[in-house]
Amino acid sequence: MYKRLKEGFMKRREFIKQTAAATAASFVITSGILVCGSRNDETDRATRAYRQKKYQIDMAPDRPLLAAAYSKDYRKAVASAITALGGIEFFIAKGDKVVIKPNIGWDRTSEQGANTHPEVVAELTRLCLLAGAGKVTIVDVPCNDPRRTYNRSGIKAAAENEGADVIIADDSHFAKIDFGLNSLGGWKVLKPVLECDKLINVPVVKHHSLPGITSGMKNWFGVLTGPRNRLHQDINYNIAELARLFQPTLTVEDATRVMQRNGPTGGRIEDVTSYDCIVASTDQVAADSYVTRFLDKKPSDFPYIKLAENMGLGTSHPPDDKIAEIDV
Amino acid sequence: MRKLTLLRTISQTLFFLLFVYFIFATQYSYSPDKEGVSGWLKLFFDINPLNLTGVSIAAGVLYSTLALGFIILITTIFFGRYFCGWICPLGSLNHFFSSFKSERKKHRGKALMESNIHKSYQGLKYYLLVILILMAVLGSLQTGIFDPISILGRSLAMVILPAVTLLLKSLYGWLLSSDYYPLVLLGEGLYRISVKLFLPVKQPHFNGIFWLALIFGLIVIANRIYTRFWCRALCPLGALLGFLASFSIFGLKIDEEACDDCNKCLLHCQGGDNPHKELPHHRGECHLCLNCVYDCPRNALSFGFFGDRKKIKTKPQVTRRMVIFAGLAGLLAVPTLRSGIGRNFKTKPKLIRPPGSLDEEKFLARCIRCGQCMKICPTNAIHPTMLEAGWEGIFTPILIPVIGYCEYNCILCGQSCPTGAISPLTIEMKQGKGDYQPVNIGTAFIDRGRCLPWAFDTDCIVCEEWCPISPKAIQLKTEKVISTDGKEITLRRPYVNAELCNGCGACEYACPVEGNKAVYVNSVGESRNPDNEMIMHRPKKLR
Repeated sequence: MYKRLKEGFMKRREFIKQTAAATAASFVITSGILVCGSRNDETDRATRAYRQKKYQIDMAPDRPLLAAAYSKDYRKAVASAITALGGIEFFIAKGDKVVIKPNIGWDRTSEQGANTHPEVVAELTRLCLLAGAGKVTIVDVPCNDPRRTYNRSGIKAAAENEGADVIIADDSHFAKIDFGLNSLGGWKVLKPVLECDKLINVPVVKHHSLPGITSGMKNWFGVLTGPRNRLHQDINYNIAELARLFQPTLTVEDATRVMQRNGPTGGRIEDVTSYDCIVASTDQVAADSYVTRFLDKKPSDFPYIKLAENMGLGTSHPPDDKIAEIDV
Repeated sequence: MRKLTLLRTISQTLFFLLFVYFIFATQYSYSPDKEGVSGWLKLFFDINPLNLTGVSIAAGVLYSTLALGFIILITTIFFGRYFCGWICPLGSLNHFFSSFKSERKKHRGKALMESNIHKSYQGLKYYLLVILILMAVLGSLQTGIFDPISILGRSLAMVILPAVTLLLKSLYGWLLSSDYYPLVLLGEGLYRISVKLFLPVKQPHFNGIFWLALIFGLIVIANRIYTRFWCRALCPLGALLGFLASFSIFGLKIDEEACDDCNKCLLHCQGGDNPHKELPHHRGECHLCLNCVYDCPRNALSFGFFGDRKKIKTKPQVTRRMVIFAGLAGLLAVPTLRSGIGRNFKTKPKLIRPPGSLDEEKFLARCIRCGQCMKICPTNAIHPTMLEAGWEGIFTPILIPVIGYCEYNCILCGQSCPTGAISPLTIEMKQGKGDYQPVNIGTAFIDRGRCLPWAFDTDCIVCEEWCPISPKAIQLKTEKVISTDGKEITLRRPYVNAELCNGCGACEYACPVEGNKAVYVNSVGESRNPDNEMIMHRPKKLR
């Protein structure tokens, strides 16, 4: 009798133990599921309205609006174009958080002209740090795998060498922003871009079959993630709208080598023509208009430039005395 | 005198951790001089003698790196199944989980001891090996499905790592979205550290991992009932090594004088090989774990060369009748599986193999389902099949372009393949530079009923934008059309140039028409199979 009681007791203890274990296990699993499931809600909760930031510096009237420097030495071209606009110290204050947004969209080498040239990004980094910038961040949301594009373009190595912080964006780098516009409703936007003091747009100039050209304003596609492929359905309007939302301190366009056809990916050296030109401007419309000549086109061939001009974002035909063309 | 078992535990731990490291490190990494992946990362698949045996028999070739398997094969003939007890990472995992036995009486003490006595079910693995080898003789290599190294590799890469990543990223995401700043900081710090250590930047996800997870789960759970059930009963690598080990000159020696029949040697026996004087010792089942040597209170057991051959069961415990039956089953399985329409490529438009894959026949004679190509693919394009490749091709690699596309400048899958089922291409070979013909894995097709410019009068061209080939394999024609509301509009409509298309699937991946994409890739046009061509490819110089 005693033995049976004891066995019963043991069984009960075992039962309690197992119940506790099962409860603990289900608690862990449920909380795991809740954590996994709550992920989207958390980002939704964090959706915030876009507060437009002024990255621009008011230009002195005696300065040129746009500088185009021609040189085989791309670093020299970048430096002299910016000097012509008033020097980097004019744009970057001490301790500024600077974001440089190049085009690192595709898994291509620098000669193929699908991405911004690494020398251009490196020189800009050097200049910004020289002017006393607190931190220089290089970031893009590439189309191809970011690890591949950052490395093959040469931008990661070149920029890190100059002391920039090169970010491969993941979920933690995005904030959900409501732009409050028809076609651009809620988007995940790069936090570094939203949080910086100065924003420098460093696109590469190349062919793109839908808007015809991709340069400065189109480069803002790369601060968004999500269904970007839907933006193409009204691409001219969307380019202009994004350019209105992100008006950078400086636009430095890389037209050192320009992909003439099969853009925006290209892939053959034959698709690329050398122009050895760097265009710097505080007016992204003016910069985009200037570089159209490298594809043998006029600004009026591109509806998005006209749309942006009508929005008051800049001028497509700056007066000749506002353009500085430099041969270095 | 526990030194040697401690040494064994250290060896097991180190090899297990090394294996986990190799699997986790099998991913895109960049060095300025060389694009690619270190050959060391597939070491465990190279030294696996089951791969050597299977691939050599099925494909009829001795693949260079697999020759490392001879090291294990030959040493096993002399020293026994040390691989199972000291090296095999799945074996070590099973060993670890076997040590947590149920508290219940029926799994303890006498019951535990009796469960470690050699059982007839341990012969199953030999029958399985016979089936697999005879299937391989007919050119169907199925060893990979049951190979312990492949199983653990697949499970780590496709089940455990993605699950851990999802869980950790959710946790970090939760921390990062907190309103309390120290929590945010903690999340940020933990995230950066784990990305540096092992966490993939991009959340990996794999097609149909349920079955992989189930198999792995069952193997692990079985240890709770029978010590190393998988290793004893089913592992074909264990069977191969066990067969060789039964000839080995090194093994257990029993001092019958000293033995007082206490049965303690049976308590922690891993292999179920009867290290007891009154039971027949099976040298082919012994994992050389050395537990019995130290469990024996009277030092009656020791390991050494030769020994009393009369007391040792040298042959695997199988019956001739069953071996013949298993052999027949293996021989019949292949024609049975192949006689249906299952292998006919014409019914498998979605069977898109990684670039450089051999012709299906040769591919199935080499693929060991290790999952290396799936793990390394930087775009997460390669997935294990369920039945997409037929019953013969379970867990073989397939591209699912909706999830990921084949990166034009990437050759990592071929480099990581241990058996050459996917040939190690160079960029020039893959892209068809110089004298090479480009390697095509399929052809893209436009679904005009879904495509925005074709069906909905809307500009789009994302497929053309993404096409990595120059000149573009997707070309646009500007067409004047009457829209549905009667206006004349101009649209750019995509057309595929089948001569140029390599089937990479970037267009399908990028197409904004979700679900059934408006541009999709089929395997037709793949260069590995001349019978699956659609158009006459002209020689390069004539183009």
